[in-house]
Amino acid sequence: MAVVSEKGAARVNPSVPVPSLPPSERPPPDPAPAPPAGRIHVAAEGFSVFYADVEAVRSVTLAIPQGRVTAIIGPSGCGKSTLLRAINRMNDLIPGCRVSGRLTLDGEDVYGPQIDVTALRQRVGMVFQKPNPFPKSVFDNVAFGPRIHGIRGRSQLEAVVERSLRRAALWGEVQDRLHENALGLSGGQQQRLCIARALAVQPELLLMDEPTSALDPIAASRIEDLIDELRGEYTVIIVTHNMQQAARVSDLTAFMYMGELVEFDATSRLFTSPAQARTQDYITGRFG
Amino acid sequence: MQRGSRELVDRAFTGVGLVSIVLLAAALLTLLGPIVLRGLGAFVFRGTVEHRRVLLEQFGRGDTEEVQRELAAARAAREPVYDMIAAFEREMKQAGPAERRAMGESLDGLKAALRELLGPLPGDPDPPLLRLRFGQTRWDRALVKLQSVLWREQYDYSDPTVMGRKVLVPRADEFRGTALEPLFDRLPAELEAMLRPRWTVYWGFLFDRSRDAHFFGGIWAELLGTVYLTVGAVLFAVPMGVASAIYLVEYAREDSRPVRLLRTCISTLAGVPSIVFGLFGLAFFINTLHVSSSKSVLAGSLTLAILILPLVIRSAEEALRAVPHTYKEASLSLGAGRWRTVATVILPAALPGILTGVVISMGRAAGETAPIIFTAAVSVGQPLALWEVFSRPTPALPWNIYNLCSEHQAVDEIRHVQYGMVLTLVALVLLLNSAAIFIRARISGRLRG
Ligand SMILES: Nc1ncnc2c1ncn2[C@@H]1O[C@H](COP(=O)(O)OP(=O)(O)O)[C@@H](O)[C@H]1O
Ligand SMILES: [Mg+2]
Repeated sequence: MAVVSEKGAARVNPSVPVPSLPPSERPPPDPAPAPPAGRIHVAAEGFSVFYADVEAVRSVTLAIPQGRVTAIIGPSGCGKSTLLRAINRMNDLIPGCRVSGRLTLDGEDVYGPQIDVTALRQRVGMVFQKPNPFPKSVFDNVAFGPRIHGIRGRSQLEAVVERSLRRAALWGEVQDRLHENALGLSGGQQQRLCIARALAVQPELLLMDEPTSALDPIAASRIEDLIDELRGEYTVIIVTHNMQQAARVSDLTAFMYMGELVEFDATSRLFTSPAQARTQDYITGRFG
Repeated sequence: MQRGSRELVDRAFTGVGLVSIVLLAAALLTLLGPIVLRGLGAFVFRGTVEHRRVLLEQFGRGDTEEVQRELAAARAAREPVYDMIAAFEREMKQAGPAERRAMGESLDGLKAALRELLGPLPGDPDPPLLRLRFGQTRWDRALVKLQSVLWREQYDYSDPTVMGRKVLVPRADEFRGTALEPLFDRLPAELEAMLRPRWTVYWGFLFDRSRDAHFFGGIWAELLGTVYLTVGAVLFAVPMGVASAIYLVEYAREDSRPVRLLRTCISTLAGVPSIVFGLFGLAFFINTLHVSSSKSVLAGSLTLAILILPLVIRSAEEALRAVPHTYKEASLSLGAGRWRTVATVILPAALPGILTGVVISMGRAAGETAPIIFTAAVSVGQPLALWEVFSRPTPALPWNIYNLCSEHQAVDEIRHVQYGMVLTLVALVLLLNSAAIFIRARISGRLRG
């Protein structure tokens, strides 16, 4: 029920404020970014994404620190995926999608004229909502990225595949079936395989769009453990529907609502003492 | 609607569906039954000693001594017939001129019929045509020919109000009281000894060349020609078709005007009558591009390629569109370029669908007649070597079926060849279609894990 109503709300002209919120309570256009711990990895400044005329992400400004797990939460349709997919420019696939403002990766403009999208995507790995292994063998799935980036030697590939599968906590389960079709794995295994596949190209940053929403709770908790292990080595940005999950795995949490970034803070603070009333409403389950 | 009438309507629809399926099956059976049964007659039949002689003398197959022995036995069985003729001819020398003239005509008719049944008579000069040098090779044909030895066809014009009526006159009556009279009892009784029929399985029907315009031998030239034309068409159409499909699915902007126009053109191409493709092939490939100086397998393949191109494009397009979007996203997100994604992820995933379309279009190309009439097909020809396909025309099953059924000078004599060809073509197309099903099941099984 709530899902239906919020979707309906998201489709109406986004400039109209939500009826339940008086205009005075709208957040300031530029919410104060959380104090970033360490080097800034991804930074957005007044960054917007449009689908044709619809502004799905509205002037977001935030700075995501390196080596941390950052969660993006918010009701569905609020632009989480859109923002995430803007970082590795997957939105380029969608006709009529354009951006404004600035989005940088290590200080380099992601939408700059000299950017090489292929190289960018090598640096920014992505894990999707539904596990999407290729209909190839486990080995070929993991070796796919290294191969397209020019690694040819069998022993080299084997080393990369093993390292990535170990990193994704899957090696023990698949080492005897590396040459079997990946579609024969369970959903949770498939998702970890996708993580291994993303890790195999040695990205700095991992984008995860609701990576556990298609999995059962046990498989989901294994993914969460894995994210925990990746902390420090990789910057992880995870979109999630599930506030408990955000609270469990992330260091920082961004709350989005109707395309806007409402609040961005350390997870512990955002979930205990949110600065914005709308955040409070959302995390206490008053809507969404 | 009332519940009762709703159920009635439901039941009526189920009934109509069932009936139409049963009708379809019946139609298929009545169509395929005779094709299969009569077509098999080209491969399995009661072959006479003449068949074995043809195989030995014309194709170098069979046991020489064995055949010689059989021939000697057959000749011994025929001897009395020839003796009777000789005796009759001696009788005639004594007869008066009027009788001699009258009987001479009857004798010539009888001799002609006997030649068709048993081959040249003793003392005949060597006939020019191959078909005249042998007796009947098939027992079923021999029985037909036996009737024309026993009965003479005659037309009765006595009633001026109707056209001449065919009547059969027993030849025995013409020779009553002569030395030839016993022949007409003897011949049916002794025919088996004279021709020695035996159940024969003749695979050579597929792999032998034809001799004397399909009187003897098989259909290798036609079969090979069809294979050349089909494979050639696929070689041209598949790369072009798959490339077009990739362009349409992965690169073209759906809504742009040129792309819409392109799509319309492809649909139109699919609806063009095949004879038009044939004329186009003649006008364009042969007369304009001069791919060969006249008809050739190459020109025919190109023409067939254009015919099946829309089919290939459409099936490939469908197969490409059916590839889950998530594969493409995964590949792109790993830093693969567009072309890389198509080549390593999308094409392999679409392969079963594409192959199915290709094999089905092969079936189509194999069976088309009109496009090759002007561009590739000849009625009589030898099997081509691979390098000859660029310059020479070829016989091919669909065209030669038509040709043998309508333009051959002895249509009735070679029914078995016509049916054999039809069966071969139908089997070829069915084989291709089952291959398509098999490939699809096999590869999509692999894709699903
Ligand atoms: N391909 C698209 N074309 C047009 N609008 C889209 C497209 N994808 C998403 N949107 C719209 O953009 C908004 C944000 O979508 P999305 O980022 O997927 O939300 P979330 O991931 O938070 O559920 C929604 O209103 C959605 O309808
Ligand atoms: Mg989403």
